[in-house]
Amino acid sequence: MIRLPRFTYHAPRTLAEVASRLADAPGETMLLAGGTDLVPNMKRRQQVPRVVVGLKRVEGLRGIRNGTGFTIGAGTTLTDLVRDDRVRAGCPGLWQAAAQVATPHLRNSATIGGNLCLDTRCTYYDQSYEWRQAIDFCMKKDGETCWVATSSPKCLAVSSTDTAPMLQALGATVRLVSASGERTVEVADLYRNDGMAYLTRRPDEVLADVAVPPQDGWRSAYWKLRRRGSFDFPVASAAVAARIDPEGRVEQIRIVLGAVASRPMASPAAEALIEGEVLGDDLIARAADVASGVAKPMDNTDYELVWRKKMVRALIGYALRDVRGDDTGPLRRALARQSLLDVR
Amino acid sequence: MTTPRTIGQPRRRVDARAKVTGQTRFADDVLLPRMLHGRLLRSPHPHARIVRVDTSRATAMPGVHLVLTGDAFPVAYGILPVSHDEHALCRDVVRFVGDPVAAVVARDEATANEALAAIAVEYEPLRTFASPEDSLAHAEPRIHDYGDVGNIHKVVALEFGDVDEAIAGADHVFDDVFFFEGNTHLPLEQHACVATKDPDGKLVLYSSTQTPHYVHRALAKALDLPAAHIRVIATPNGGGFGGKSDPFNHEVVAAKAALLLDRPVKFCLTREEVFYCHRGRHPVLMRFRTGVTKDGRLTGVDLRTLLDGGAYGSYGAASTFYTGALQTVTYQIPRYRFRGCRVFTNKPPCGPKRGHGTPQARFGQEVQLDKIAHHLAIDPADLRLNIVAPADSLTANYLKVGTIGLAECIRTVVDRSGWREKHGRLPHGRGVGLACSSYLSGAGLPINWNDLPHSGVQLKLDRSGGVTAFCGATEIGQGSDDVLVACVAEVLGIAPFDVRAVTGDTDLTPVDLGSYSSRVTLMMGNAAIQAAERARELLAEAVSAKLEVPQARLTFAEGRVFDAEAPDRGLTFREAVCAAEARFGTIGTTGSYTPPKSPARFKGGGVGPSPTYSYTAAVVAVEVDPETGWITVPTVWIAHDIGRAINPVLARGQVEGSVYMGLGEALMEEQAFRRLPPRLSRALVHKFPSILEYKSPTSLDMPEIVTDLIEHPDPAGPFGAKEVGQGPLLPIMPAVANAVFDAVGVRVDEVPITPEKILKALAAKAAGKPARTGPAAYPENVPWPEPLHVTPPWEGGDGRASNTRASSGRKADAGIEATAGVKS
Repeated sequence: MIRLPRFTYHAPRTLAEVASRLADAPGETMLLAGGTDLVPNMKRRQQVPRVVVGLKRVEGLRGIRNGTGFTIGAGTTLTDLVRDDRVRAGCPGLWQAAAQVATPHLRNSATIGGNLCLDTRCTYYDQSYEWRQAIDFCMKKDGETCWVATSSPKCLAVSSTDTAPMLQALGATVRLVSASGERTVEVADLYRNDGMAYLTRRPDEVLADVAVPPQDGWRSAYWKLRRRGSFDFPVASAAVAARIDPEGRVEQIRIVLGAVASRPMASPAAEALIEGEVLGDDLIARAADVASGVAKPMDNTDYELVWRKKMVRALIGYALRDVRGDDTGPLRRALARQSLLDVR
Repeated sequence: MTTPRTIGQPRRRVDARAKVTGQTRFADDVLLPRMLHGRLLRSPHPHARIVRVDTSRATAMPGVHLVLTGDAFPVAYGILPVSHDEHALCRDVVRFVGDPVAAVVARDEATANEALAAIAVEYEPLRTFASPEDSLAHAEPRIHDYGDVGNIHKVVALEFGDVDEAIAGADHVFDDVFFFEGNTHLPLEQHACVATKDPDGKLVLYSSTQTPHYVHRALAKALDLPAAHIRVIATPNGGGFGGKSDPFNHEVVAAKAALLLDRPVKFCLTREEVFYCHRGRHPVLMRFRTGVTKDGRLTGVDLRTLLDGGAYGSYGAASTFYTGALQTVTYQIPRYRFRGCRVFTNKPPCGPKRGHGTPQARFGQEVQLDKIAHHLAIDPADLRLNIVAPADSLTANYLKVGTIGLAECIRTVVDRSGWREKHGRLPHGRGVGLACSSYLSGAGLPINWNDLPHSGVQLKLDRSGGVTAFCGATEIGQGSDDVLVACVAEVLGIAPFDVRAVTGDTDLTPVDLGSYSSRVTLMMGNAAIQAAERARELLAEAVSAKLEVPQARLTFAEGRVFDAEAPDRGLTFREAVCAAEARFGTIGTTGSYTPPKSPARFKGGGVGPSPTYSYTAAVVAVEVDPETGWITVPTVWIAHDIGRAINPVLARGQVEGSVYMGLGEALMEEQAFRRLPPRLSRALVHKFPSILEYKSPTSLDMPEIVTDLIEHPDPAGPFGAKEVGQGPLLPIMPAVANAVFDAVGVRVDEVPITPEKILKALAAKAAGKPARTGPAAYPENVPWPEPLHVTPPWEGGDGRASNTRASSGRKADAGIEATAGVKS
């Protein structure tokens, strides 16, 4: 089996201790929550932190609390999230996103904080050390060239989190804690479109919780493209949250695409097109055209990129129809290969 | 015989308890005192000369016990006698990314890994051959210094009757090119082994292998040891599918290291390394030219195949023949020409995967038949029913068809699926497709040509009443232990639980050639029946004397031996064994099985013969979204002519597993490679050697499966049984392709059939171009030799070639003739 590299492990009990460990060696320390992302990455030597700080025993990090909207502790597992009726009823898009992450076993371990901070992915990067050696490594780790596009000045690894696009569409915020204080950041501002420096979280900060604003009058939907009915990371996704008045007029809408760049990508142009209008088939088609324009899929995930781009457009259409109130069940079942998504 | 009590009854398999309670000892579970751990250093270059290997730093590291390089392994080995082209560690040249160069044995894996990093290897890169086109175009540098010419490993050409005349005289000629992408076995258990010296100083190897007998032979050769001083124990395999049928580098290295160190040495491969071991499905480009009468009968088939063999021979010479061998056992083909070419490339070696060489050409044949049916406006089921090969006949290429339940299979899936109401009648986007297949029930010839039995069984009966059955067959998850026990229990009239199976151990068990070519149930089963019948005779004679009942009246059933006319008069089985032991001494019997001789007398005729063939038909339903190409398979109906199911639970499991694997090959699986821009890099790497990114279906992707077993006992099989491990896989891929055509009117003439290929074909159709996605042409630059001409039986042939010139190279083809794929 592939073995982990050597590292020093700490298991603090409080967030303050976590912050202090991070402050000790910010560039060389990584946080371990569920470990479903970090551990395989460490085995493949993609990430080789000298110090690993485990979050499992940190008090108060796990759980969903009602506030205005609700607050999700970063250590809340995706299974916790999927089993929470408040999330399922009040925030179906988030429920759909979380329920489609990986497999039940992985969701039992993986956390919402971990999914938000998920390392960007690339078929030239998510490989063993020996494999990467055979291509003389890549820009993101140990090498210089981005093999996805050899003239690219920046890394093109793909944002592969399912929950981030949805939380961005929901207008969620995250609380980042460090030894020097804490700050609250919009999920939209947590990311950069750079496969290496994809997070604006500083190396000395720990993501403590996620706050989802009240969902009164909002509808949401998440559509994910992947090869199989379980297991796979998204290779394109569409998250939509909308407030629609009783006449069907869209008062406010946010459309965010996942897995088509190094960060979740919003489409303000498509949002502007829709706001104030009734979501007719024609408008859905035009909005999907416009929104899919921000997707720049590259040849570094599963599936062929031209087709992925086409599918982005389709996914946006499905999500818009979903929030309009269409019965998308059969389509869901065909695409997701499971019936989990018959959510009220 | 009396009504079977065990055979045909759905039973819990004999090894089920151990497996579900986690007590089965797989190779990685073998832990021995003082055991060390080994790792292999693998080449990062696709093709390079090894200039220098410096192991001094690694050797000096604490905890490192041994560092080996190619110098330690001067003797080449390989599964087929005609291609002993592997060394346990490369000596001069590395031939693909992943080819092993050096090995470290250390106190633990982490230390071994660190030592690997300390080995310095200097390489001189050589030209990279990434595709068959590359290998056909450039003869130099040669990847191997053997083979037919340049980088062509093997060219074969056989012709049965005048095919050009047959095609010229046809009403229609169909000329189609297909491509079948390579894919791999993906057993859940990664290969592992432990080698040790036993207290006598002899070598013992525990390994997750499907073929302990061949590993035994390879070790004797590669290590220059007497075979009698080597014991190979095949641990139960966590899946094989053909991927554990070759002798592997780590096995030879572990054995050598254990002998040198006199300590146990374990190797456990990573998943990535399993992708490099490969020996999986060959990528095959093929062209079918078929002459057809206006009523849908075939006049002749002219088939060409091109196999991308990867970096070593493996089973490849046999695989090449298999792409052309079995077309004739399903349908009447009066004249047939087959030409096959296998090239070497700088990729992990291809070999036998479930179906071994036959699924690729079966895909082409079944899709072409669908095209023919569509063109002639004949229902594809009827077209096939009209041309099903007759029972008890010889084919154009001298294969002996025994029982054939193909027509009943077709009728069954047609009825079950509602085919007549669905095909051509469903709304746009929904469709059904039909395809058929056949497979060997064991290769008729062994890999190493000799007159010895292919399977042997020994029975030990003693005064405890217990029976132990010894056989070299290997339990790879397919249930061979259960079949062994069932056959013995049936004959002796005892419960399967009262028979113990001891299998896959070259010291303890008689030779069985291994779990490949769907041979175990038929060959081991027949050997087991013979051994059990001999034991029954001994018991019957003793009981007859003791009870004074004529032997002919004695019945063995329910754990007793009794007078059929007075059932109360009898002995318990234990008492019967005691009576026999008292009368004859220690009771032990043997049975063995050798397949019948093939009527084929031409060179190359050794690939394809089998004691009998299984048959399958399947209907697959698909739903295709014409906007996105997204494809869903809701239901598969499948009927399999199994002769007789020994244990229907296992048989159905094999059918369902085949459907699963077939859908993976049809829809997503690809052993695909990536080249970087050549101006910047020579790299040629496996695109995704991981179980996450190599896409194989999950349980959520599985359709509903409606399975029918068609049971008409075949006289060649034990209790009438034929194979079920491989055949049911074959119709799935073409049936999916045919269903896609029925759904949206376009052809995808290659696998995997992906949404983007469907959309591409739809776009081509909309643009007025041919409504298909698939390969454009078959290359013109294959140096075909004059085919070996064999006159078909109905034209007066006797199975011999009329021209003597070898069609397939210079050497005798001994040994490449027989082997087929491997089931689990």
